[in-house]
Amino acid sequence: MKKSVILGALTVAGLSAGAAAAGTLDDVKARGKLNCGVTTGLVGFAAPDANGEWKGFDVAVCRAIAAAVLNDPTAVEFVPTTGKTRFTALASGEIDVLARNTTWTFSRDVDLKFTFVGVNYYDGQGFMVPKALGVSSAKDLDGATVCIQTGTTTELNLADFFRANNISYEPVPIETNAEAQQQYLAGACDVYTTDASGLAATRATFEAPGDHVLLPEIISKEPLGPLVRHGDDEWGDVVRWTLNALITAEELGVTSANVNEMAANTGNPEVARLLGTEGTLGDMLGLDAEWSKRAIAAGGNYGEVFAKNIGEETPIGLARGLNAQWTDGGLIYSPPFR
Amino acid sequence: MSDTHAQTVAFVRETEIPEAAPPYAATGPVKWMRENLFATPANALLTVVAAYAIYLILAPTLPWILNGVWTANSLAECREILQGATGACFAVLTERWPQLLFGFKYPSELYWRPSLAFVLLFVAVAPVLFFDLPRKLLIFTGLFPFIAYYLIWGGTIFVPILALVGCLGGYAVYQRFVTGSFAAGFFGGIAAALLIWYIGGLLIPDGASENAMLTPVPSRDLGGFMLNMMLGVTCVSLSIPIGIALALGRQSSMPLIKVVCVVFIEFIRGVPLITLLFVASVMLAYFFPPDSTVDLFLRVVIMITMFSAAYIAEVIRGGLAALPKGQYEAADSLGLDYPQAMRLIILPQALKISIPGIVNVAVGLFKDTVLVSVISMFDLLGMIRGPILASTEWNGVYWELLGFASLLFFVVCYGISQYSQWLERRLATDHR
Repeated sequence: MKKSVILGALTVAGLSAGAAAAGTLDDVKARGKLNCGVTTGLVGFAAPDANGEWKGFDVAVCRAIAAAVLNDPTAVEFVPTTGKTRFTALASGEIDVLARNTTWTFSRDVDLKFTFVGVNYYDGQGFMVPKALGVSSAKDLDGATVCIQTGTTTELNLADFFRANNISYEPVPIETNAEAQQQYLAGACDVYTTDASGLAATRATFEAPGDHVLLPEIISKEPLGPLVRHGDDEWGDVVRWTLNALITAEELGVTSANVNEMAANTGNPEVARLLGTEGTLGDMLGLDAEWSKRAIAAGGNYGEVFAKNIGEETPIGLARGLNAQWTDGGLIYSPPFR
Repeated sequence: MSDTHAQTVAFVRETEIPEAAPPYAATGPVKWMRENLFATPANALLTVVAAYAIYLILAPTLPWILNGVWTANSLAECREILQGATGACFAVLTERWPQLLFGFKYPSELYWRPSLAFVLLFVAVAPVLFFDLPRKLLIFTGLFPFIAYYLIWGGTIFVPILALVGCLGGYAVYQRFVTGSFAAGFFGGIAAALLIWYIGGLLIPDGASENAMLTPVPSRDLGGFMLNMMLGVTCVSLSIPIGIALALGRQSSMPLIKVVCVVFIEFIRGVPLITLLFVASVMLAYFFPPDSTVDLFLRVVIMITMFSAAYIAEVIRGGLAALPKGQYEAADSLGLDYPQAMRLIILPQALKISIPGIVNVAVGLFKDTVLVSVISMFDLLGMIRGPILASTEWNGVYWELLGFASLLFFVVCYGISQYSQWLERRLATDHR
């Protein structure tokens, strides 16, 4: 709480300093590079590979925006931020957009004065247990010892969940994810709890991932998405609709492989509007007609990006779950392109 | 004569008996062990316990190290090769070696530049560390910062040349006026340097950096152990002279200087380093317009230098306080003025006393450079915690990476410590 007050104060100071600046969209175009804030490294979401090239689920959003605005998916300056520096970096104008698995919460949106433009990953707190324990539901965990990172919202969620279900647990406080892996594998705790995507990534590094299961209960809401500064709605629209274009492309079956073909001869007016062969959606955003085509061609539609970075084919092996298209029973839903 | 007593004794030895070997228990390894390991029952017990403890440590670690896998492309592949046997996955070090040393953004075809600067560093510090070497080498030491800057950052050669000319100009003005008054020389020198830099800055053509002989590399592309070395070397070498100045200022009889120095030292010492780093990375961004910020590397160097200068000032103040008052009075009675007395009599003795303390601060400072990883600079620790552990291939390799990092730091810190002990022996003039 104290931290957020300080960050809030900094943000206000930053906003008043940055208010005089011109629109971010013009700045980005003039600069020829998009400054995109990412994490200093999170498996599957953003990390540089052995050649120093950034790869990941959040990175793909940055590349799509750069492709839409600057016609070059590589024209991105990735600015690594930590959990402590991310908001000040955005507020001070050091970065144009923050795509750093940041949870959309009331206070960040309202108090810190940021605009969350959408959700690109629905996460939530889950549980991992060894298969040998024979537990199939978190409600069977009465009396279990639980490894939990201290000082996080996961700690509070955990307490709420166990109290609501009237069962008891014994917390084993740990500091970092690395420590948690060691403790859990050493048997210091029966259960490890953190965000479900983090659990999956952690499990993927085990020597025998098959010996551990993720329980079906998800006990908190963690909608992660890109965010921009308050007060620059033109730029916010560009980021929001680039993300929506990726989502709509999956819904309509437009992929990075067939995007050119679809643009040339489609009978579907919605696809034509999305890809700019019909209507003037690009103009309204202050971009050209082919902006979304380039964004999709950069790394593929939402489903392709998911499959390539964190999907079931990758070592992380996340199922679509809540992140399936709304047509498949998930929550991924874009407003119409019209 | 010699026959006088010939018959009085039965036998007289005429040759020396050959030397017998000492008793078995009083020689060689047995003697050493008896004296050093098993001198008393209590010592013997401690030896056994210590040997058992060493065995407990080595039994799992030795096979782990010796059985290590050096070539693989991911942790999963390592495990496949090991087939469940104990063994380290050192392949992460071989695969990410350049990233650990230079960070992940420094262009790989330019690695020779920081490497050359690193080699030249030894040439440059040698005459400072070992004063038996010819003094002419100090000229190269003076030039080294500019050469190193040019090699590591690249860009137009005019920038380091201009910096050098500014320093020389400032020094010339200082020499010209210092005989009249120290203050005139000091501030005149600074003003002259600033003037030269300002005028020179206008003369450097725009875009000179783009088509320079050495490709420019921005500061945010620096990383890995190179960043730790750069921060450590720069900050230690800057903070020692500043620390000396602060320590003398704190003892000054001029109230203004004294107050400024005391406030600076007490304030900086009272604030954690990590707070200063956050100020450097986050707060300063608010004070400058977005397009004209001071380079992040420079900001961090300034903050760390201020921090360690405050500590070194206190260490040197301890050295100054340890000198008998007679030394100050002797200098006065010889008719030396303040700079002469300090330079010739007080500081050589005070600094000698302060060596262990200064080295302590320097080693601590060098290790503290890993704190920059929390402000998202990719030093050695930042590289390990961020990009390498977050890659899908190497997520979960902790011991090998962190062990390697400790090894690198240990080598450097142990080297510093050995040098300081040599220096103390070399400077020992008393007869304790």
